[in-house]
Amino acid sequence: MADLTRRTLLTAAVPLAAAPAVAAAPAFAPVVPGRQLVFPRDHGAHPEFRTEWWYITGWLEENGAPLGFQVTFFRTRTGLGEDNPSRFAPRQVLFAHTALSDSRTGRLLHGQRIAREGFGLAEASTRDMDVVLDDWRLVRTPAGVLKTQATGEGFSLDLTLTPTQPLLLQGQEGFSRKGPRPGQASYYYSLPHLKVTGVLGRQGRRRQVRGQAWLDREWSSTLLDPSAVGWDWTGVNLDDGGALTAFRVRDARGRSLWTGGSLRTAEGRSWSAPNGAVAFDPGRTWKSPRTGAVYPVAPTVRMQTPQGERRWTLTPLFDDQELDSRPSGGPVYWEGAVRVPGGSGYLELTGYAAPLRL
Amino acid sequence: MPADPALPPTLLGWMVRGEWRANPVRTLVAVLAIAVGVALGFAVHLVNRSALAEFDSAVRSVSGSADIRIEAVTPAGFDEALYPRIARLPGLVAVSPVIEIAARTTAGDPLTVIGLDPLRASRVTPALAAASGPGSGMGFGSGSGRGVEDAVWLSPATGWRAEPGAGSATFEIREGGRRLVFPVAGGLPGVEAGRRIAVADIAAVQQKFDRVGRLTRLDVMLAPGLGPDAAAQEILAVLPPDARLVTPEAETRRTSDLSRAYRVNLGMLAMVALLTGGFLVFSAQSLSIARRRPAFALLRVLGLQRRGLFLQVLAEGASLGVLGAALGLAAGAGLAWGVLGLLGGDLGGGYFSGSQPVLEISPAWAAFHAGLGLAVAIAGSLFPALEAAGAPPAEALKAAGRSGDPERRPPLVPALVLGSVGLAAAFAPPVAGLPLFGYAAIALILAAGVAAMPWLARVMIAPLARMKAPVPVRLAAARLAGAPDQAAVALCGLVASAGLMAAMGLMVSSFRGSVDEWLVAILPADIYLRVAAAETSGLDPGLQAALAALPGVTGMESRRSLTLKLAPERPAVTLLAIPVPPGTSVPDLPWRRAPTTVGPGETPVWISEPLSRLYHLAPGDKLDLPLAGRSVRLRVAGVWRDYGRQFGALAVQRSDYVRLTGDTGANEAALTLSPDADRAEVLARVRGALPLDLAAQTEIAPAGEIRQAALKIFDRSFAVTYALEAVAVLVGVAGVAATVSAQTLARRREFGMLRHVGAGRGQILAMLALEGAFLGAVGAVAGLALGAAMGQVLIQVVNPQSFNWTMDTRWPWGLLGGLTLALTLASALTALLAGRSALSADAVRAVREDW
Repeated sequence: MADLTRRTLLTAAVPLAAAPAVAAAPAFAPVVPGRQLVFPRDHGAHPEFRTEWWYITGWLEENGAPLGFQVTFFRTRTGLGEDNPSRFAPRQVLFAHTALSDSRTGRLLHGQRIAREGFGLAEASTRDMDVVLDDWRLVRTPAGVLKTQATGEGFSLDLTLTPTQPLLLQGQEGFSRKGPRPGQASYYYSLPHLKVTGVLGRQGRRRQVRGQAWLDREWSSTLLDPSAVGWDWTGVNLDDGGALTAFRVRDARGRSLWTGGSLRTAEGRSWSAPNGAVAFDPGRTWKSPRTGAVYPVAPTVRMQTPQGERRWTLTPLFDDQELDSRPSGGPVYWEGAVRVPGGSGYLELTGYAAPLRL
Repeated sequence: MPADPALPPTLLGWMVRGEWRANPVRTLVAVLAIAVGVALGFAVHLVNRSALAEFDSAVRSVSGSADIRIEAVTPAGFDEALYPRIARLPGLVAVSPVIEIAARTTAGDPLTVIGLDPLRASRVTPALAAASGPGSGMGFGSGSGRGVEDAVWLSPATGWRAEPGAGSATFEIREGGRRLVFPVAGGLPGVEAGRRIAVADIAAVQQKFDRVGRLTRLDVMLAPGLGPDAAAQEILAVLPPDARLVTPEAETRRTSDLSRAYRVNLGMLAMVALLTGGFLVFSAQSLSIARRRPAFALLRVLGLQRRGLFLQVLAEGASLGVLGAALGLAAGAGLAWGVLGLLGGDLGGGYFSGSQPVLEISPAWAAFHAGLGLAVAIAGSLFPALEAAGAPPAEALKAAGRSGDPERRPPLVPALVLGSVGLAAAFAPPVAGLPLFGYAAIALILAAGVAAMPWLARVMIAPLARMKAPVPVRLAAARLAGAPDQAAVALCGLVASAGLMAAMGLMVSSFRGSVDEWLVAILPADIYLRVAAAETSGLDPGLQAALAALPGVTGMESRRSLTLKLAPERPAVTLLAIPVPPGTSVPDLPWRRAPTTVGPGETPVWISEPLSRLYHLAPGDKLDLPLAGRSVRLRVAGVWRDYGRQFGALAVQRSDYVRLTGDTGANEAALTLSPDADRAEVLARVRGALPLDLAAQTEIAPAGEIRQAALKIFDRSFAVTYALEAVAVLVGVAGVAATVSAQTLARRREFGMLRHVGAGRGQILAMLALEGAFLGAVGAVAGLALGAAMGQVLIQVVNPQSFNWTMDTRWPWGLLGGLTLALTLASALTALLAGRSALSADAVRAVREDW
């Protein structure tokens, strides 16, 4: 009971799960096409928008055994306390998740942090990528190398992620539609094929690890159509140096409300998939014993490219990669390491436990 | 004949039951006396334990699982910049910033407003972060259209109840002249009953209560394995003067310190009641074995060993103890339950306000109190048992009662030794802040008085026997002088209870007199004004000037009174910033000693007597005070008497205070009126001059009214003490009555003889009444003398050592005289009543009767 009610308050405290309709809502900045993304400025936070994330997923190798990992930072403008002179005013809330997918554990090990922005304890720079949340951090050095630290249940990550390819601007030069209405969009860019080196601490032991990761950066004010309940997303580093991005926004009946994605070749030729050019065929499902949610954990992604249809069948590292981030105000979702023939990446399935609200 | 040391159980049972049946009243009184002692001790313990447990859990729910806390030393708080500095220290798992504000509800009840960052508090103080009820699901900016970022969650004690369908409830909070209305977001079921708490978002509290940039507390959770001491080193290095580190140990000590002296004093009173019970057992057993001497002698002749007889008498005493203890435990639990409901956890002492604790009974402590009762009963039987076992059987078979040789002077040396040791103990210092030696001195003086009774009875009665008087008087005097031991036995309980009553009476009268005098001294003005819950706000300078300029007001003193935490392990003290009358250099305070002057450039501080004793400060000492975020060095320049703030108070000159803090506000004011002013009219004008919201939380009262209210509170807090004492005295008188009547009934043969030699019935009754009166008077006089000595120990030793204040002795002549008269009359009346029943049988049968 106490736990439930605490969660209620916490959920209450974080608008991730809150309905977007706020009386006397502050003016969130709109996402409009044609805006030129500027770097390193746009690596930093955009506090005038409602939602923003820095989303790192990837594969590590520990003693030859493959591991999936995730380190994600979120920023939310609550629309609250905008005129409160207190430094505690909850105008911006930062939260972060980390998870480790180890097939020997058979489930996700995870960790989370949440705090309202302020006092240097929780801060997202607006000049370059530099997000601090207590002892967690994601920072981009002047040389363009990303460094991140995070801790979860029984593990800690201290990783250096070095870009090996240029930025990948999604949609139209970084303007990515997410729904049928013009405003339903985000600014979206990715950094695939990040080379990972660093240290994985597990139960007091520290081991050198290496691997490959993917950074997704997205910010928006009105992301989802009211009829949307969630989305499927995948980002795959192809072994030949190519990068596959595919997503679809679903309605309550499981139909695609909007789809998108991109395919970039090793040579850097990039093609952006228009709405309708991407399909997710469900394939095998897995039912969570904890939440009862049923996830299509091994979908086949079909993409109608100008060169014809391409298919990738995704195979999860293992089935139970469900993440319950409700204690820090997030949703229940499936976020797992997946393989495709000739590549590896991450699959994200949201809105299967309960309709997602952003 | 087998040398069995003890009687077979059957015979033992017969003898115990036979004795009870023979003397039901006396047995009952002894049992009751033990029961009263056990009940009082147990009840005081239970009440206090429950109150402390309740207080403790209240502290826990507010500080949660915090391992250590950083606290502001004043209600003004500390700069919030401390929060990130602490939060970044290594080894801290979570740091939850808190702003706490003492406010009032519309009804004027104290309300604690707690501002939290729920994201930080959820780990440290889940009870406060756990909100429920309609509205709690509506998060910050949720779908209902109403944000909860400026709403409050309320504890059950605030009276707010979640009502289904009750849409937009609001709650009004008053503080520092402000009236703030908050939407209600939900309830706080995790907060225990009795605590009035309103929780809101920290940013909203900072903004609405005008405390932006201030915090009052940081609750810190340490990494597992990191001890508070290790963390303390790191934290202390960054703490500003206006913040203080509090470890759980200091917190616990502070909580238990709050009422410790009061509680120990009550506990000791209960022990004294138990002691009185012990004397009554002694009386009862002495009489009982005196009556049964021939029966015991017969048993001895039949082969029962001395040891067997000794054990038999002890077993009889123990049976009284067992019964008394069982009764006492039940009565004590009942009493505690009733007291908790009626007076609250501090027995009306005012230490734990606004809480209703639940009774908690621990078997170990119940066993402890029962064991005490049993031990006292056995101890009371020890001397009679020794005497019974020591009597030579042959002689005892013939003579019924051994009354002792009236010519042989009883020894005085034991009494003198006990008395001297007691006197010496009175001069010993306190143990762990408690006057344990003081109590030992009282017990020893009491024992000395009782031990001196045989000697004293003889000394006081002997002159009576020689005087020329009517026959009944001479008969009575001769009888008492002839059997002084019996008189002493009867007097034991009487002297003990009269002595204790007199001692308490003397102490309370001295205390009350001193408090009254002090009230007059600290309330020299005509009208006093106090803004509740406004330690950082209240009357601004403009308002102060407006009040001073009111028609009819000739003088006005503005004061700032605020709480200050001087030491983490001690309760907060009060800082008073008071003006110094023009033309003098010291404020008008009830000085304990004449104040001294301070050196040039030094700022004087005048400390209260309890503060001086608690913090070991004397005039001339330096004192560093955290004021407005920095440490200010002051020089102690005087000590004043204070009965209002047990944990200490400091006074500084208001101009110094304003200079050091920049705070020109005031939350108290004293107004002097022109002699011809209409008091009621001025009162109304003062109230009218205050802004409406401020007036609602301001108490305005004439000095006389405050004095009366203070004395009323004083009397109420001593009501429990009076009740305890009255019960002890009643038991004492009942014991005397039982003893006297038993002795009277035992003398039927003597009365028959007197009738035969020509004494009239009336003469015998008069003789008995006079005997009783003599006994009562001797007991009362001896008891009062003893009481005077014990009272002085209470005044000079126990009070200063436990409450850190002194008082002047004031003799309650009326009470002492009345007590003497009442005891004399009660004793005479009992003897008379017993005599009437003893004389009802005819004289011939009486002479033949062999008991």
